[in-house]
Formats: sequence, C-alpha cells, structure tokens
Amino acid sequence: MSDRISVAKTYKLYVGGKFPRSESGRVYPVADAKGKFLANAAHASRKDVRDAVVAARKAFPGWSAATAYNRGQVLYRVAEVLEGRRDQFIAEVSTSEGLAPKKAESLVDAAIDRWVWYAGWTDKIATVLGAANPVAGPYFSFTVPEPTGVVGILAPQQSSLLGLVSVLAPVLATGSTAVVVSSADRPLPAITLSEVLATSDVPGGVANILTGRASELGSWLASHGDVNALDPTGAAVADRPGLAREAANTVKRVLTVPDAEPDWTVAPDLSRLRRYLEAKTVWHPLGV
Amino acid sequence: MPVFEYAPAPESRAIANLKDHYKPFVNGEFVDGSGEPLKTINPATEEVLAEVGTASKSDVDTAVKAARKAYTGVWSKMPGTERAKYLFRIARLIQERSRELAVLESLDNGKPIKESRDSDVPTAAAHFFYHAGWADKLEYAGYGPNPQPLGVAGQIIPWNFPLLMLAWKIAPALATGNTVVLKPAETTPLTALVFAEICQQAELPPGVVNILPGAGDIGASIVEHADIDKIAFTGSTEVGKAIQREVAGTAKKLTLELGGKAANIVFEDAPLDQAIEGIVNGIFFNQGHVCCAGSRLMVQESIAEEVLEKLRYRVSTLRIGDPLDKNTDIGAINSAEQLAKIQGLVEAGDAEGAQRWTSPCPVPDRGFFFAPTVFANVHQSMRIAREEIFGPVLSVLTFRTPDEAVTKANNTPYGLSAGIWTEKGSRILWMANQLRAGVVWANTFNRFDPAAPFGGYQESGFGREGGRTGLEAYLDV
Amino acid sequence: MPDPPPRLSGMTATTSTSAAPATPAPLADATRDEASLRRFLLGLPGVDQVGVEQRAAGLGTRSIKKDAKRWAIDTAISMVDLTTLEGADTRGKVRALAAKAVRPDPERQDAPRVAAVCVYPDMVATAVEALKGSGVHVASVATGFPAGRTSREIKLADTKIAVDAGAHEVDMVIDRGAFLEGRYMDVFQEIQAIKAACGDAHLKVILETGELATYDNVRRASWLALLAGGDFIKTSTGKVSPAATLPVTHIMLQAVHDWHVTTGELRGVKPAGGIRTTKDAIKYLVAVHEVAGEQWLTPDLFRFGASSLLNDLLLQRRTQVDGHYSGPDYVTVD
Repeated sequence: MSDRISVAKTYKLYVGGKFPRSESGRVYPVADAKGKFLANAAHASRKDVRDAVVAARKAFPGWSAATAYNRGQVLYRVAEVLEGRRDQFIAEVSTSEGLAPKKAESLVDAAIDRWVWYAGWTDKIATVLGAANPVAGPYFSFTVPEPTGVVGILAPQQSSLLGLVSVLAPVLATGSTAVVVSSADRPLPAITLSEVLATSDVPGGVANILTGRASELGSWLASHGDVNALDPTGAAVADRPGLAREAANTVKRVLTVPDAEPDWTVAPDLSRLRRYLEAKTVWHPLGV
Repeated sequence: MPVFEYAPAPESRAIANLKDHYKPFVNGEFVDGSGEPLKTINPATEEVLAEVGTASKSDVDTAVKAARKAYTGVWSKMPGTERAKYLFRIARLIQERSRELAVLESLDNGKPIKESRDSDVPTAAAHFFYHAGWADKLEYAGYGPNPQPLGVAGQIIPWNFPLLMLAWKIAPALATGNTVVLKPAETTPLTALVFAEICQQAELPPGVVNILPGAGDIGASIVEHADIDKIAFTGSTEVGKAIQREVAGTAKKLTLELGGKAANIVFEDAPLDQAIEGIVNGIFFNQGHVCCAGSRLMVQESIAEEVLEKLRYRVSTLRIGDPLDKNTDIGAINSAEQLAKIQGLVEAGDAEGAQRWTSPCPVPDRGFFFAPTVFANVHQSMRIAREEIFGPVLSVLTFRTPDEAVTKANNTPYGLSAGIWTEKGSRILWMANQLRAGVVWANTFNRFDPAAPFGGYQESGFGREGGRTGLEAYLDV
Repeated sequence: MPDPPPRLSGMTATTSTSAAPATPAPLADATRDEASLRRFLLGLPGVDQVGVEQRAAGLGTRSIKKDAKRWAIDTAISMVDLTTLEGADTRGKVRALAAKAVRPDPERQDAPRVAAVCVYPDMVATAVEALKGSGVHVASVATGFPAGRTSREIKLADTKIAVDAGAHEVDMVIDRGAFLEGRYMDVFQEIQAIKAACGDAHLKVILETGELATYDNVRRASWLALLAGGDFIKTSTGKVSPAATLPVTHIMLQAVHDWHVTTGELRGVKPAGGIRTTKDAIKYLVAVHEVAGEQWLTPDLFRFGASSLLNDLLLQRRTQVDGHYSGPDYVTVD
C-alpha cells in the first residue's frame, strides 16, 4: 500500500489581482511551530511594495466610488468563500500557529464572523459617523465620511488569520484600498486569504498582500508619498517611533496600536473604521 | 412611414413555479388554515392563479404562540451575529430566486415584470441585506448601549408591493430580535408564501416568521391579540385610524404607513425633460398604486402649457398591457374593487370641471386596466386634488411663487412625500425645509433605499422604515 | 410583418414637412448677436445627469425580438455610415470598403446596403467612383477633422475638396475651443460658412460630445448647430473617448424633436464611435423611436457612424435568418 504524494502548494504575492513572484526573486523558508518546513514564501522587496501601492492607487477610484451596498455585497461574498475554505484555513492556522485543531477552528470561525461584521458596516458607517450640522445660519450643512485612499498595513505577527482579517477588513469596508505586509513567520494563511479575495469579485488592486518582513518593508510604506495612512501593528515596538516619524513627512494618518498584540477575539469597536475616514463638510444656502 | 413594433416579449410564466394550492406558514411548517380558502386571481386576465388556505382566529392564536415561544426560547437569546447570518442567508436566497419571485409577483399583483424584476425584488433583497448588518451593531444605532426588542410583532401589509412591503416589515423586526406574525394582503398572498419557503431553506428557527393569509378580519384578530407587543401596518388611512383606535390605551406599540396625496412641484427652471420623466414615474410607476405617488402635479404657471404638452407626448409612449411582457410599462389594476374606485374618482373629476386627457394607447380587452389619465385645470377644492385615487390618474394644478407652492402642497391632512424640480440648489433646500412631508425628492422621484428612512407626517402615518431611524419601531426605546 | 426598412431618399439637404413655417421670432432673435445667442443657449432647460442616464438605461431594457428584431437589424444596416478615417487609408482600402457597403453579405443578397461610406476628403473621388450608381452616398469629413484646430480658410478649403470631388454629405467638426471659451457666435458663424460651402451636399455637424463634457453643453451645442443650419447633428469624431453614448444621443434626439415642434423642420442625428454590437444599435433605435419619434426611423434622419458594427449586425442577421448562432468566418473582413 503506497501513500499518495500530495501536490505541494506554491505561495506567491497577491498584487493587482494577480499572483506574481517577488521581483527580487527571493524566497524564504516558512516552518510550522515545531520547525518543520512548510513552504518557501515569496520574500517581498521594496519594489514589490512600490508596485503594490501603484495597484492600490489604481483600484481606489473604482472601489471608493462603488456604492456602499455594492462593497457590502462583495465583502459578504468574501465571507461566503472563506466559509467554503474553512477546513483549509483550520489546517493552515493550526500548523502555522502550532494550535490544536479545536482552537484553530474557533479562530477561523471568529475570522469569518469578523469579516461578516465589517461587511455589514459598509452601508451604515455614514449614518453613524456622518451628520446634518445644525449651523447658526440659513445653510444646510452636512458631514460625510469619505475613504482616505491607500492604506499601508503591517499585519500582526502572531495572529495569522483573525488578526489579519481584523486589520484588513475595516480598510476595505470603508472604501479604501490596502497594501498589506503579512506576518513574517506565519504568512501562509495570508496568501490563502488572497486566493479567496481573488475569487470573490474583489477588484484587482483593492487588496494587495505581500509576504515578507515588516522590519524591511515597513519603512518603505511609512515614507511612501502615495500612501495615505499606516497601520503599524506588525512592526516591532522599537521600530514604531521611527516609522511614525517617517510617516509624518507626508502627514499620514497613523493608527495608534498597543505595544503587545491585542486579543483579537475581543469584539472590535469603531476605531479602525474611523481611522481611515476623512470627514467632509458641505454647506449650501437655503432660500427661494 | 416606418413602424417599429416591439414584438411581444413575454417572460416565461413557468419559472414562477405556480402551485394549485398554497398554505399558511406557522412555526416553520406549511399548515392547513381553518379559514375559508381564498382564490387569488391574475388581474391582467382575471384567471384564478391558485387557492390559498387562510387563517382563522384560532390560527392567529397558534401563530402568536409559536412566535412567542420562538422569541423567548430562541431568538431573543441568540447573539446578534448569529441572527445576522440568518438574515444574510435570506437576502441571498431572495437574490437567487429573484426571477421566480418577480414573475410570481407580476402574476399575482399585475405590475409589469420590468418593475418587479428591476425594482421590487432587488430592493426587497437589499432590505434584508442592509438590516442583517444591524443585528450585531445595535449598540451603535444611537439607542443606548443595549437596546432590546419588543417581542412579538404583528404586521399587516398591503397589495401594492407585496414582497417589498414584507421585506420592509420583517427585515428590521428580525434584525432587532423580534419575531413576527405577518398577514399579506388578500389579493396578493403568493410571494409571501414563497418567502416562507425561503425561510425554511435558510433554516430559520421555527416560529420566528409566521405568515397568515386572510382578509381584514384576520388583520383585526392580529391587532386585537393580547400577546402581541407591536403592530406595524401599511395600508389605507381609514384602516390605520381604526387600528390606532383599537390599540389606544393598550401597551402595544404602533407604527403606521398610510396614504398620501403628494405634490410634485415643477418650477420654470426645472431640468424639463427629466422633470417630465419624474412626473411620469411619480404617478404611473406601479400603476399609481403607490402611497407616495406624485399624484398632484403642481407646475409653475409660466410653463404649464409647455409641460402639459410634453407630458401628453411622453405619456402616449407608455405601453399598457400584459404584465409579463418585458416591454410593458403599465400593468393591471390590482382588483375590480380598485378599478371601480379609480373610475368613481375620475367621474368626480369630470363632474367638477377638470379637463381630462387619457392616453390613446391600446388597452387589453380583458383584465383590470386603466389607461394613463391626466386632469388639467384642477383646483385644490376638487375631490381629485384631495382624495387618494391610487391609480394612474394625475391631477395638475398651477402655482405662481414658491410660497404658494408650499402652501398648496402642505394644504392636506396627508404628508408622506413631495417632489421638487428646479436647478436652483438653495430653492431645493428651502422648499425641503418648508414642506411637511416625510420624504422629499428633489430632481428625482420614487427613490427607495434600505438606508434611507421612509414614512409620513400627520395622516400619512407615523414611524419610519429604513435607516438607523427605522430600527426604533422595533426596539424597546 | 413590419414594413421593410426605409431607404435613403436621395440627396436632400434638409428634409422638411410641406410648407414648413418660417423660423419663429424667438429663434430668429436668438442669433441676432453674441449676447442674444448666449442668453438663448444658457436659457435652455438644464439636463439632470442622473435623470437622463436613468431614462437612457430604462429604454435600454426594451426587449426587441423576432420580427421586430429582424426589422431593427435591417434598419440599422441601412443606417450605417461605413467609415474609414485612418492615416493609413489607401485607395485600395476605400475600394474594398465601398464593395462591402454595396454588398455587405455576399451570400445573402437580400441584406440591405448601407447608407453611406465615410472617408477623408482626399479619398472622396475614389469612393465616388467605386460607388457610382449604387445608391450608397459618399460622406466626407472636413474642417480639419478631427481636432478642427486650424484656420477658417483651411476649413473652407478642406470642405471644397470634398464637395468638388462629389461628396453627397459633409461631416464637419465644430470648434470646441471656441465653444468652451463661450465664443458661441464664432462657432455659429463657422457652421453657417461651411454649410454655404457645401452647396447641395448635406451637412452633419460633429459636436465632439466627449470634449463638451457636460450634458448641458451637449444640449446647447445641439441647438447651436440646428440654428446654424446643420442638417444632422453628430456626436463624435470617434477619435476621442468617450464617443457616442446613449444619454448624449438621447439629448440630441430630444433637441431635434423639440426643433421640429418649434419650426416644423426635420433634422437628423448621428451617433458615431463606440457602437460595436447589434444590441447597442437596437438600443439606439429604441431611443430614436421613443424620444424623437417614429418619423426619425429612416436613414434620412438617423445614421450610425461605425465600422465594426456592420459585421455584428450581419452576424446577428444570419442568426435570426438561419436560426442558430453564427461565427466570424461567416462575415467578410475588408
């Protein structure tokens, strides 16, 4: 009785809706929690970051101009496909993070539900954060929240799926586009997530996922003139002040994050939705 | 002279999966109702579509018990995130079965397939989709950190948008954690019962949704039932007032969405061609069976003749006929009763001296049809300017100044909607401010979205459906 | 069975109903001077973008089947201005196109011929020769097509080349720069001058709606061209994107309808560029029917400026006639 040899999966970057290798040609070995080899992940370079930002910018006008309902539909579809791959994710999270299957299962379920939670925000956030402003004059004044643009995200190092979903979904839900640097040591669920995005009506470039090292790439995102906001979650604590200073040179919106990676199973509040929104206030007179 | 005749382009009837017999839906099952079965007809042909079992008073009791049990035992205990996923499933199932629902709706109601396909069914799905997302976000809705549902809601809906009105009622009720007993209109029960099938396919816990076909007496039984916490009614002002009287003094919460006689106001600087479209849409969409229909055209006197001429030309291109024909613009009047009401009011218009013009379009020789009609030279003191006709009949009045337009528009006990047509932004906002109507459309008409609250002032009812505001109707706040 | 598709009724400059009334006073006053013209054009009702796009989309849901579809396909074929406007055009290319224009489907002789062949002025003589006796007109672009960025003298000379070589129809471009600067009288007078230079040839005025940018401008430019005597108003050169769209054509159809109501005169509309499929063409015909009116469903008053559209029309014609889907090998590439 011979064992069947499985077809090993190749893990590439996800940029502009496609799956290219790193332009640098580099890869790095990814191991499970016990040190066993899993795969060679693409090792993203600064040029990959550059290309990803171009793709994200290109995708922004279409994504931000889509109706909130449409974005909600697309994101819900992502959740449907995530659910379809539940077993695959459970296996991947289990090996990547060294967790018992039951624990991995609860994290994957939480990740799917988290995604659904954010999908349901697309057509409500304007009601909750926007306003009609009762100004003291014959004007109708209203404030609407608008997406900021391209958001650079350094995804959590520990939580390979739930944490990743928690930092990415709010960006997409509010109409911005994203360039994500995944966890360095636990990057594989990020690429499987990319496959889900690629098959779920998410337009190419809306989300771009690079596997590699936040320590190497974070600076290129923080200083990039065409990135509007930065989430430094996956950066080493020591690196964060430097990143924030670099981000200041282009007046980026920088998310404030706790030093230690939070417990992602705790239900989020609105802060990640608010951070990537710009409030636009409009005035118009009333009169015959 | 060349003639471009669109060949008949009928949607296939088979996809409606029409059954001979439909049953009430109680506690997750289709059950025999102990009321006298009704026969629902296709108003375009007068043929019987199906027999539908109806509820009796005891069935109402059974349904309310099932709803109560589901509420206390399952639904009120379920986290919002889980409730949300049921509603998302329902939304998706409506999308998947949308063609079937659209054809069935057109058969049962008489509205053109173009409208049920492009408007009613997608908007119904959107309502479920939108409200699904609120189920686990109620703490952000502005009603406090932990708003609670009311319990069991009794919901009575009209025949003009059967599936859509069901969605407007059930989606927010379920999202906020209530269970429901819903009575569809007597002449249009079918899509509600297919919706019940969808609830089964979504594996919605039994008793959360109960659908009881029946007539006005069953509606009254629901309203009077002691174990109902909340009544939601959409229908005529007359019945709405009766319901309000009935629940007065009880602890039952109530929301009403009643009739209207909306003013559609066209200024001389309106984008004229689009205003004509808006006028046409305002009164002829859904055969004028719309509570918020723009049934009073108020046109600035300086352009009245021009507008009437363009309007008559445009209305003449409207095609009235088989609702299942994809090229039909105006379908059938829902029932013989409604047709008689329309005819009665039109006769009143003639008698009171308004100038009638009816489109010369060909009208089918069977079924309940009424050709689009425009009454010019109408004045506030005429019945056709005061009473809701609920049919494809437009009353045209004139005005001279914005103040006069506002005064005349507001001069009615109704206050559901209004339309403003002008290219001048400040006037739009000033008018919107002055008009006593729950929905104001500027340079558009008949726009509905689950995110935008809908409801009326005064005798057009109270309470809103849609948006954050609409959640209030189903919360104990 | 619907009537057979209408044919071109010869070389008429402006088709009018009998005893057209003289241009009413308000219109005559409009062109008295620059200020009057500006007041008139800016006083036209605005166009609401969302409203017009919705109506255009709504008309696009009309379902045209069977006999009506066959009629529409044949009518659309008879309205095509088969076009080649490339730097690489040669006499051989123009002759090939002319052959196609006269006999679009060699295996189906009952396919109608197109309305016209549209070429650059220096190709007119070749086209006229190739189309002699066929009934297919020769249309020529002129006035420094497509940009129109040259002097009045050159624009007139360009027109003269085409007319002298025998063009039945001239498609001119308006000066968009002047229009966007608000020099409406300059635009107006230029159209009048070209119209005079056309002699018996009929004049189509290309507005280049893609560059006019707003629907309000499309309405104003339409009226400007009609006031100046254009026989047809045409959407685009096809060299700029967006070219023809349903909403823009809708506005132009409304303009010729309103012009007819006001003056009794019949003027035509030609969308050009970007209309590639039969489905699209049928949507345009529905718009003609419901916005302008039945009277406009003739090549005398409506044309499609297109090249690849013809083959799709022929493919769909085959599908309707043969009863099964066809393929690209069953239409000729010229």
